[in-house]
Amino acid sequence: MKEKFHVSSSPHIHSGVTTSEIMRDVAIALMPASVMGVYQFGFQAFLVLLVSVTACVVTEYLYEHFMKKPYHPYECSALVTGLLIGMNLPASIPLWMPVVGGIFAILVVKQLYGGLGQNIMNPALAARCFLLICFTGQMTNFSILTASEYGASNKGTYLFYHGAAAVDGITGATPLAAVKAGESVQLFDLFWGFTGGVIGETSVVMILIGAVYMLYRKVINLRIPLAYLLSFVLFLVLFGGHGADPTYLAIQLCGGGLMLGAFFMATDYTTSPITPNGQIVFGICLGILTGIFRIFGKSAEGVSYAIIFCNLLVPVIEKVTMPTAFGRGRKG
Amino acid sequence: MAAGTFQGGMHPYDGKELSMDRHTSVLLPKKELVFPVSQHIGAPAVPVVSVGDTVLAGQKLAQATGYVSSCVISSVSGTVKAVEPRLTATGGKVLSIVVENDGEYRMAQGIGELRDVSRLSKEEIRKIIQEAGIVGMGGAGFPTHVKLTPKEDTAIDYVIVNGSECEPYLTSDYRMMLEEPKRLIAGLKIVLKLFERAEGIIAVEDNKPEAIAKVKEAIGTDSRISVRQLKTKYPQGSERQLIYAVTGRKINSSMLPSDAGCIVNNVDTILSVGLAVAESTPLMRRVVTVTGNAIKEPGNFIVKTGSSYQELLEAAGGFCAPVGKMISGGPMMGQALYSLDIPVTKVSSALLVLTQEEARQLEPGACIRCGRCVSVCPGRIVPQKLMEYAQRFDTKGFEKIDGMECCECGCCTYVCPAGRKLTQSFKQMRRQVQEERRKK
Ligand code: SF4
Ligand code: SF4
Repeated sequence: MKEKFHVSSSPHIHSGVTTSEIMRDVAIALMPASVMGVYQFGFQAFLVLLVSVTACVVTEYLYEHFMKKPYHPYECSALVTGLLIGMNLPASIPLWMPVVGGIFAILVVKQLYGGLGQNIMNPALAARCFLLICFTGQMTNFSILTASEYGASNKGTYLFYHGAAAVDGITGATPLAAVKAGESVQLFDLFWGFTGGVIGETSVVMILIGAVYMLYRKVINLRIPLAYLLSFVLFLVLFGGHGADPTYLAIQLCGGGLMLGAFFMATDYTTSPITPNGQIVFGICLGILTGIFRIFGKSAEGVSYAIIFCNLLVPVIEKVTMPTAFGRGRKG
Repeated sequence: MAAGTFQGGMHPYDGKELSMDRHTSVLLPKKELVFPVSQHIGAPAVPVVSVGDTVLAGQKLAQATGYVSSCVISSVSGTVKAVEPRLTATGGKVLSIVVENDGEYRMAQGIGELRDVSRLSKEEIRKIIQEAGIVGMGGAGFPTHVKLTPKEDTAIDYVIVNGSECEPYLTSDYRMMLEEPKRLIAGLKIVLKLFERAEGIIAVEDNKPEAIAKVKEAIGTDSRISVRQLKTKYPQGSERQLIYAVTGRKINSSMLPSDAGCIVNNVDTILSVGLAVAESTPLMRRVVTVTGNAIKEPGNFIVKTGSSYQELLEAAGGFCAPVGKMISGGPMMGQALYSLDIPVTKVSSALLVLTQEEARQLEPGACIRCGRCVSVCPGRIVPQKLMEYAQRFDTKGFEKIDGMECCECGCCTYVCPAGRKLTQSFKQMRRQVQEERRKK
């Protein structure tokens, strides 16, 4: 009789929400933006995504296999990292680069720091920054030749491979670079994502759809993204030199990697604070830092570096924002 | 007024629909009843009967030793068959008095006589409660007469009856509020006699509107007693959370409710006080919910203490699905059982049987730092960090980040997507810390 029953300590029930389910939800939430990226930049974008996902999953598998660690194929965490790396790359990049990025992210940033939950920097962003430093040229080349500029003999094939962005009459420059250079951009295009940029960051609408899904599934909460976006806007109003000009603010909010960063990368569990107040502090730090990078920095971008930098602050933020236990006064 | 609540907590599937509409039925025991001498917190009682003695229902079997201790009363008439260690719900063997039931339920003298409560002094009331063997029946088993004797009676502002019954599946308190509201109020009035400045509050979660209506009706126009609605959320019935939700006062693990001017008692405890004081009936029965998806006919039973869990199971029609886990109490804080050959004690609130599907455990994985444990913890501590110390068996660090404020509610383990056994580790750590403190 004794063997028949499971005798363990309470609690005896579980919510049923597991790590794999959460990771799967994140992957699902990334789908709209990915699909939009492929539509915009064509089959080559699809290849980049596919290659980086494969690189991450295979690296993870091989590492855990050779280190004799249990492999959790359903955990989907490497898949999400791979997807995020791909989404942070320009579509025109040579395909061996996502491979390098994926291996770097999983092997160096994640596994060598102890694996799932232990890394101190967001693997996808660390990989992006690594590639940016090593291969600045390819990583910042967003120019797209339209079909007629290219002189494509078969327009259909050309567009299939290069996507909607290569249709005649659409500029390839990233909106923030354009603004920095004094050009004007169409807010509508920005919002829907008919602009240049890395694969996954262009369409605010698609990113927000994914974000709403994650919020609905309670995968993330609003503390980090909201604190991030609000403090960023506030910083721009104060120091951006355009006051509260709504067009300027909207372009800054919708352009570049801000939305993707705020909802999908700043909220990465492992590299953001676990304490509720810490999450707000973290968001504010991000907002200010992104503002500094964008206004005073040389490049028009700044989200990736801001997030990576704030990742390093997480232990400190957590330490100072430890909650006070229920019924305990402020302790000295 | 908005429903009272607290920070943290969560909503597990509550399974109450299985048994909440089942009227209680009285369950008569079979041959043998087992009465452990330690069913409470504090010094074990000492047997005052010996093998071969004839005992009557309501007769004392074991005498409390010292102040923080409680008497054990026979629930049947019969013969003492043995005084020996027997298995109990906690998994260990405890010295027990075994009574052979003669099936006649002859009462000891004076049992059931009505008393004129208005003529009793405070001391007499406390004495009766002590002699009746009443302890906190919500699960802790702290002797009620001790609880009802704070440093100063006049410092008590609230006597709270905990009717939240936040543990999933349990419905015994709910049934009592529906079926015995008058007796409940009578019991509360007796307790209020001890604390002249206090108001009586019956705290009920807002998913139990019928109970609220019944209790309100029983209160009538008494201005000293009121019902307070609480938000339905686990662990609303945890003492500290309850006090906060009702009064806005906060206490920590090293304080007593009376430090915040509160006395908190469970529904069945207050009922037992009423029975003991007004009707000269010591603690011989308790209300038990037998439920779960592996139970054929879930229900609520009025059970004589000392009855076997096996009989509870039979009364509920036995199993109807492959058994995954048997639990004494609720799924969040109850005790897993490996045998049903154990007695119902003063603190047995339920027999819950989960199916294999429901009892499946998650394979513990790496913490993904999702923060779910932090947001549900009613103690406002950081389980994820506590776990780091627990894994290193670092009791100092554990104490430093308020590990002792953990009330072992189980919320963190319930939500952890990585399946980490947080609560389970904290329990061990807390035992360890308490032990170290005692040594000092
Ligand atoms: S709930 Fe589990 S996985 Fe999430 S932070 Fe807490 S311990 Fe880690
Ligand atoms: S078991 Fe302890 S640490 Fe976990 S949620 Fe409950 S009080 Fe917090």
